[in-house]
Amino acid sequence: MSSRPLIVRIRNLFKSYRRGSQMLPVLNDISLDIEEAEFMALMGPSGSGKTTLLNLIAGIDRADSGTITVGGLDITTLSETELAGWRANHVGFIFQFYNLIPVLTAFENVELPLLLSGLSKKERISHVETALRMVNLSDRMDHYPGQLSGGQQQRVAIARAVVTDPTILVADEPTGDLDRVSAEDILELMERLVHELGKTVIMVTHDPRAANKAHVISHLDKGVLNARPQADF
Amino acid sequence: MHVLKLIFKNAFRHKLRTFLTVLGVTIAILAFGLLRTVISAWYAGVEASSASRLVTRNAVSLIFPLPLSYREKIRQIEGVKGVSYGTWFGGIYIDEKNFFANYAMEPKTYLEMYPEIIIPPDHMAAFLRDRKGAVAGRKLVERFGWKIGDIITLKGTIFPGNWDFVLRGIYRGRDNTVDETAFFFQWDYLNETLKKAGRSWTGQVGWYLIVIRDPGIAADVSLRIDKTFKNSLAETLTETEKAFQLSFIAMSEAIVIAIQLVSFVIIFIIMAVVANTMAMTARERIGEYAVFKTLGFGGLHISGLIFGESMVITMTGGVLGILLTFPAAKIFSETLSAYFPVFNVATETIYMDIAASFLVASIAGIFPAWRAVNIRIADGLRRIG
Repeated sequence: MSSRPLIVRIRNLFKSYRRGSQMLPVLNDISLDIEEAEFMALMGPSGSGKTTLLNLIAGIDRADSGTITVGGLDITTLSETELAGWRANHVGFIFQFYNLIPVLTAFENVELPLLLSGLSKKERISHVETALRMVNLSDRMDHYPGQLSGGQQQRVAIARAVVTDPTILVADEPTGDLDRVSAEDILELMERLVHELGKTVIMVTHDPRAANKAHVISHLDKGVLNARPQADF
Repeated sequence: MHVLKLIFKNAFRHKLRTFLTVLGVTIAILAFGLLRTVISAWYAGVEASSASRLVTRNAVSLIFPLPLSYREKIRQIEGVKGVSYGTWFGGIYIDEKNFFANYAMEPKTYLEMYPEIIIPPDHMAAFLRDRKGAVAGRKLVERFGWKIGDIITLKGTIFPGNWDFVLRGIYRGRDNTVDETAFFFQWDYLNETLKKAGRSWTGQVGWYLIVIRDPGIAADVSLRIDKTFKNSLAETLTETEKAFQLSFIAMSEAIVIAIQLVSFVIIFIIMAVVANTMAMTARERIGEYAVFKTLGFGGLHISGLIFGESMVITMTGGVLGILLTFPAAKIFSETLSAYFPVFNVATETIYMDIAASFLVASIAGIFPAWRAVNIRIADGLRRIG
């Protein structure tokens, strides 16, 4: 293993869901370290808790107990409002179904997270243009999501995720809705984010080909985690 | 920038649904505005009444007359500046459906007491010269296409027979609160004709109209007048012109209350319609709201989007409803001028329309906004795909 600084540190994390009168444990005493500029894949069967773990790291769900420290801050201690502000500044999200706002253009979708940043309009335009250039969609910035292919929509979503220069990027099945060629494009783009921009990427996937792009593959099964570094990391 | 664009684009995403909702709000605000105008029209006489005018009538009922001899006694009472009198004639022009107010009055003094009624001097002079002369309001003249010099025959209901009048004057109101559909003629003509025929009501009047020196002494003067005729054959009841008008409205108060209730029911119904639209909208977009929350947008932003959309839809309908109220009121006024001589859309009605639209939009947005703000992001995201 390399000795890069830790960006995510999880200790003794428990999470369960209530179903009727029953409590169903989803994550059971999870401890995990993720280094800066690491590309981690979270794998596991359906219902194993991988999306739940991703949501907890991204601050969109609450753990029952345990600590999640991201960039030195224990996010389990934050209020909802603080957590919303923290997400806006520190987390970039890439979803399986892109989750772009259909009535906004590619440019406006990417600009959306910057509206909370306090940047001037000129600065926002510059950031958005840079992000869209990086995903090779400079010529599509005035297109609406409905006018773009699935791969292009996911690239817009990636531009939206990186435009605020977040601490971590979380991706939930980012290639799950794409054909093989588009999926390859997206994975290459994510690799570039890690190698060229030094971003930390945590990706949930079912696809072994996608997972093979990662430095570390962690397997979750019945709420228990097993991490396995890839040979070339 | 984006937020406003987003609100407008969201509002018109489902064009048919939005169109139907806007149409519903338009019709509701139009109906609300018209009903409020009907209520205002009901009170138009009260609004137009003067605080310095009193009306004295028979204490038993308005249908019983008062002797003309009371005139001089009333004039001598302290605080009285002028006295005139009139009698309700209740004549029918050709057919009962052509109803308009028509009454006999002492021509010179009566019209002097109503500075809001404007008659050209030559019309007034011609009216005073001709015992069978009559003066009609501008709207009434337009309604029947009368011209100066026309002979107008009214069929008497209280005073039987056909009564011919010569139109000598046309009056107009000082402003749009004045009834321009009334018909006046000389009391002397009525009295002399009744006298010749040897009928009752000779030397009797329906009411006295009194102008006082100061509106502040209205109560005292009223008491003095009624005290003067206490224990006489025709005891009097004196009240301000406003109270006199209100006593007429009191007879139909149940109808006014019913109209008021219906106007509020309409707003309640449209509130439910808009709330349903907003609930459907928010349910469909719960995933999008979850994305917004994921990106760091707070409850205030999400609520703003929902309330904004509700405002756009409701206010579009509200503005259209208000704009349509004016031509609709004009048609209404022309069709029902016999019943509502003054039918103006009041400024207060427009304010009530705006307030109603705002209330509908706000209340319709409460539940969807609460739901969108409180849904867990993870649950919201699960709705996508």
